[in-house]
Amino acid sequence: MKLKSLILAASMAAMASGAFAAAHGGKVKVGMITTLSGGGAGLGIDVRDGFMLALKMAGADNVEVVIEDDQRKPDIAVQLSDRMIQSDKVDVLTGIIWSNLAMAVVPAATAQGKFYLSPNAGPSALAGKGCSPLYFNVAWQNDNLHEAAGAYANDAGFGKTFILAPNYPAGKDALTGFKRFYKGELAGELFTKLGQKDYASEIAQIRASGADSVFFFLPGGMGIAFLKQYKGSGVDLPLVGPAFSFDQGILQAVGDAALGVKNTSQWNKDIDNPANQAFVEGFQAEYGRLPSLYASQGFDTANLLLSAMEKADITDAAAFQAALEAAEFDSVRGDFAFASNHHPIQDIYVREVIKEGDVFTNKIIGTALEDYSNAYVDECKM
Amino acid sequence: MPMSMSARCSTDRPGGCKPPGQLGRRFLMSLVLLMEQALNGLQFGIMLFLMAAGLTLIFGVMGLINLAHGSLYMVGAFAAAAVAGWSGSFLLALVASLAAAALAGTLIELLVIRRLYDRGHLDQVLATFALILIFSESTRWVFGSFPLYLQVPAALAGPITLPGGIQYPVYRLLIIAVGLAVAAGLFLLISRTRIGIRIRAGENDREMIAALGVDISRLYTLVFALGAALAGLAGALVGAIQSVQVGMGEPVLILALVVIVIGGIGSIKGALVGALLVGLTDTLGGFLLPVLFGAFLEPSAAASVGSALASMLIYILMAGVLIFRPTGLYGAGT
Repeated sequence: MKLKSLILAASMAAMASGAFAAAHGGKVKVGMITTLSGGGAGLGIDVRDGFMLALKMAGADNVEVVIEDDQRKPDIAVQLSDRMIQSDKVDVLTGIIWSNLAMAVVPAATAQGKFYLSPNAGPSALAGKGCSPLYFNVAWQNDNLHEAAGAYANDAGFGKTFILAPNYPAGKDALTGFKRFYKGELAGELFTKLGQKDYASEIAQIRASGADSVFFFLPGGMGIAFLKQYKGSGVDLPLVGPAFSFDQGILQAVGDAALGVKNTSQWNKDIDNPANQAFVEGFQAEYGRLPSLYASQGFDTANLLLSAMEKADITDAAAFQAALEAAEFDSVRGDFAFASNHHPIQDIYVREVIKEGDVFTNKIIGTALEDYSNAYVDECKM
Repeated sequence: MPMSMSARCSTDRPGGCKPPGQLGRRFLMSLVLLMEQALNGLQFGIMLFLMAAGLTLIFGVMGLINLAHGSLYMVGAFAAAAVAGWSGSFLLALVASLAAAALAGTLIELLVIRRLYDRGHLDQVLATFALILIFSESTRWVFGSFPLYLQVPAALAGPITLPGGIQYPVYRLLIIAVGLAVAAGLFLLISRTRIGIRIRAGENDREMIAALGVDISRLYTLVFALGAALAGLAGALVGAIQSVQVGMGEPVLILALVVIVIGGIGSIKGALVGALLVGLTDTLGGFLLPVLFGAFLEPSAAASVGSALASMLIYILMAGVLIFRPTGLYGAGT
């Protein structure tokens, strides 16, 4: 009896001291839900690798990361987030690549009082009316890179651009974003099927439209297919698009067909600041490949979290939110701040695809938008 | 005449007022565009035929629904990309795609599929779906998560000008030619050779040809390997102009299933006709419907509604065919 109660007391004490450590030792448990299998796995792997690299480089031993694969399925992402919140007891969620998955997970997670730091997806619904004090986007609002492409099209003197994107919410946002800044006339506007791999029909229409340039948003394999077929078609109008079709992970698969194409991005490996140099070198040393846009976003997300942990304890949500809002970390992008709706204010660059030795990569050739935030700031009331 | 011209100018949208000479040229342009789209539809259909031929043969002869057919397409593309990267020869890459897919097909037939012939379709679907997952993850394990590089050989890159002023990529013409050659070869194989006789007999009455002393399990393995090789070839041919990545086979598999349902299950002729119908409907529908809606909707809405409807078009076609011919165009009937 005595022994039993002694054990009970001891275990109670152990639990209490455990709780004590969790509350005051500044330890944070992060739940990362990202895509590690299936078609879009390359993006999730890069986000994960960038995030983990930042923790390793900072020598952070007070962050515990639980990583799970969402298989790019909203229902699985929701299950994972429920499990992470309820049984793993994470403090912060992050990792989601796709906007439809983010829409399924983020509102529920923030409603349960968890912070969500988005390393990629930035749907307009979460930037405007659906914004939350606990939701931070470290990458961009979905429209941003397309808006920058529209601004670039004006600078480049394009007057008759043909625009195309897949027929799904992010595709519609892309064309809306482009048109928000583009001042010229449209030679044509097309929505393709999501996941479409054959663009012969679209390219024939571009050829016949009398356009002087083409804007396209076709992420992943769709972009590879489009670029290869565009090159083979003999149509040689200038192309412009967001960075997603020209990222490190897919450029090698596109090959020569991407050379010289202009694309818009908030990051590139040649941005000249110490944080970026350390990131690019560290990433190559750790993983043996060049970092991508997504890796840079994962890296910044982890560093943002670490900067907030230095200033506030996660148990004090208001203080932690203020620490995140301050965004006092060395972003690989250079200047970085949050707008009032918790989306970045940043420069968006124009890049050109080049070949360095045997490797296809990008080089910054100009700035499309300076210190730009997003179109939804005023709609967000928090 | 001048009166009507000026009336046209005032009602037209800005920039739409054209002198008559230019109108004529525009008509010619759209005719060229339409021809080009028809060629695109033909090429798409031929590619679908390569996939559907194997699928329909396997279903027709063994009564097996093989969902892993798309994985064999992927195996062909990855083998081609690997060999092209290593040797630099596209021809060698095509040979490798045929060999790798046929080998993979033979292996899964011997190890897995063979046990499924006597089972119900539900078991077959379940097992071949498992094969999709196994193929996808092991491909990622071997080749990594990032898409591979496979390019059209330099000699075939770029467009050629066809009679009528149509600029068309040489490589796509090659796909059409290869597809037609394969179709002709298959017809000869099925109608003129001993193997073909056995395949046809197998479709009609499995027990009977086994009783007549034909080694049915060897015939099954052969048919399966042949179907797999065709899928692999399609994967390699198409991989060079699209992207070689994990999961590339499943969207094509769905279209191939639509094709064999339209054409009639088990019929090579049906697969060819069905594939061409689907290819042309999909391409021309995707092109013409937004134009059609553009006549009375604003461009952005027309593009959205038109392409939404266009993506349903082949399923509407399938439903239409099934209403009038429940067993498909060339189906054996009941």
